[in-house]
Amino acid sequence: MAEPNTGERVPTVIADDLHIVYRVNGARTGKGSATAALSRILRRGGSDDTARGVRKVHAVRGVSFVAYRGEAIGLIGSNGSGKSTLLRAIAGLLPAERGKVYTDGQPSLLGVNAALMNDLTGERNVILGGLAMGMSREEIKARYQEIVDFSGINDKGDFITLPMRTYSSGMAARLRFSIAAAKDHDVLMIDEALATGDRAFQKRSEERIRELRKEAGTVFLVSHNNKSIRDTCNRVLWLERGELRMDGPTDEVLKEYEKFTGK
Amino acid sequence: MSETTHDGTVAVTATPASPGEGLTAAQLAARHGLTVSGARPPLGEYVRQLWGRRHFIVAFSQAKLTAQYSQAKLGQLWQVATPLLNAAVYFSIFGLILEADRGMTREVYVPFLVTGVFLFTFTQSSVMAGVRAISGNLGLVRALHFPRASLPISFALQQLQQLLFSMIVLFAVVIGFGSYPRPSWLLIVPVLALQFLFNTGLALAMARAGAKTPDLAQLMPFIMRTWMYASGVMFSIPVFLADHPGWIATVLQWNPAAVYMDLMRFALIDGYGSENLPDHVWAVACGWAVLFAVGGFVYFWKAEERYGRG
Repeated sequence: MAEPNTGERVPTVIADDLHIVYRVNGARTGKGSATAALSRILRRGGSDDTARGVRKVHAVRGVSFVAYRGEAIGLIGSNGSGKSTLLRAIAGLLPAERGKVYTDGQPSLLGVNAALMNDLTGERNVILGGLAMGMSREEIKARYQEIVDFSGINDKGDFITLPMRTYSSGMAARLRFSIAAAKDHDVLMIDEALATGDRAFQKRSEERIRELRKEAGTVFLVSHNNKSIRDTCNRVLWLERGELRMDGPTDEVLKEYEKFTGK
Repeated sequence: MSETTHDGTVAVTATPASPGEGLTAAQLAARHGLTVSGARPPLGEYVRQLWGRRHFIVAFSQAKLTAQYSQAKLGQLWQVATPLLNAAVYFSIFGLILEADRGMTREVYVPFLVTGVFLFTFTQSSVMAGVRAISGNLGLVRALHFPRASLPISFALQQLQQLLFSMIVLFAVVIGFGSYPRPSWLLIVPVLALQFLFNTGLALAMARAGAKTPDLAQLMPFIMRTWMYASGVMFSIPVFLADHPGWIATVLQWNPAAVYMDLMRFALIDGYGSENLPDHVWAVACGWAVLFAVGGFVYFWKAEERYGRG
């Protein structure tokens, strides 16, 4: 298509006029009192949500793009611009209000934070996180030592058998990343995972992400660190207020973005 | 849009994806075999996916169970101590103060009461956990991909394991009041299996309702308490309703919670014979279990693609 001499490129993710809306209960007036809630219910004018005190947040507004095999795509934009929401929608984790996302296989979001429990030992969390990502018990057993070594949790003593609530925030973040990065993915999505841990761990994790990129068909990376975007991505989508503001090669989009943010 | 980007011009793309050959997004997707992300799988496929996640379901329920008391000094001892204290409280109120043991000797009444409290708590906590299964775990639902039914099933399984700890206390109480192990104790297994099926189905249905209306978590304790008093947890339904028309007692005794409690009492307690059971009790027990397990599962699956919308 764009480069006819290389033959047809294979799309892995197609977003078609995608809209995502969050609904927040009881946040319409800002008054949290019981009487306010009651009057909202009594005032119910129509059957639509706004009349019932449900506030809508339109997080992604009509985003369309096609991602191809072999691309590493960076997502940039200020806080609250809809980057993480877009990733979750691509992964099929957030239902779309309008529009559709087509994917090749099951895209996976790199992250197991929510499945882990602070009251359990690191050891049990490795197993639980692996199972939550859909790995089999045998796969986890085979990779267990690798995960623990990669996280470096045991460098300073036997911490893996302690509950996760006893870890420092950096240690917990390292273990989470190590568990999440243990699985191979077709379409891989990473949400600011590079920013965790100390310098040595960041280097190790960047290397692991490059490895995952080689195995994965397409990679999406959300980051506020322009350098890590420049290092890993060849295409960038710039989101602002839920709309796709720019889509193009990394250098050009980043140049405009830096102008926009006043760097 | 791909041309513009590769030509080096800045592309502002709010137009539908048109990758060069005039295909719409849907046509392009169909051509390369792409499927809609997050679509609901057919029922058979859904069951297969769920079976594939069975290890996760079990591990998650055990993890929840362990995490519960991990900060307490006595640790997992609370698994047994909690039901024991519960039984003691109910006994002192209903056995000693209110004397609800009409028509029963103390040897029958105490095990009768403890069995009722434990088995009803099993259903009650499954329902309460079910209501919050999705709405209380949105983080998990929005982060990872798995059949959402894993969550309510896992919570129901956690309650079953909790009940098995309570059974230790129950055995001690039953034996302490003079009913010793006999062949009818084997009936415990089918009774618990049927009640677990019933609870799981109910938890699945409540999970869908609770995902749409989180307010149910506030409302359910009152509904559950009403159900408890109507199910004869601390008194015998036929004896208490002796001067009312007989059909009222029969209907109350056929309600699922009462059926499973009565069957368990019949299995465990020497002085609690089959004359205390309503007619067709096993058929009713199986009927409730199958009806709720299948109905609840299908009802939950029908909204599979909508869980996680906030």
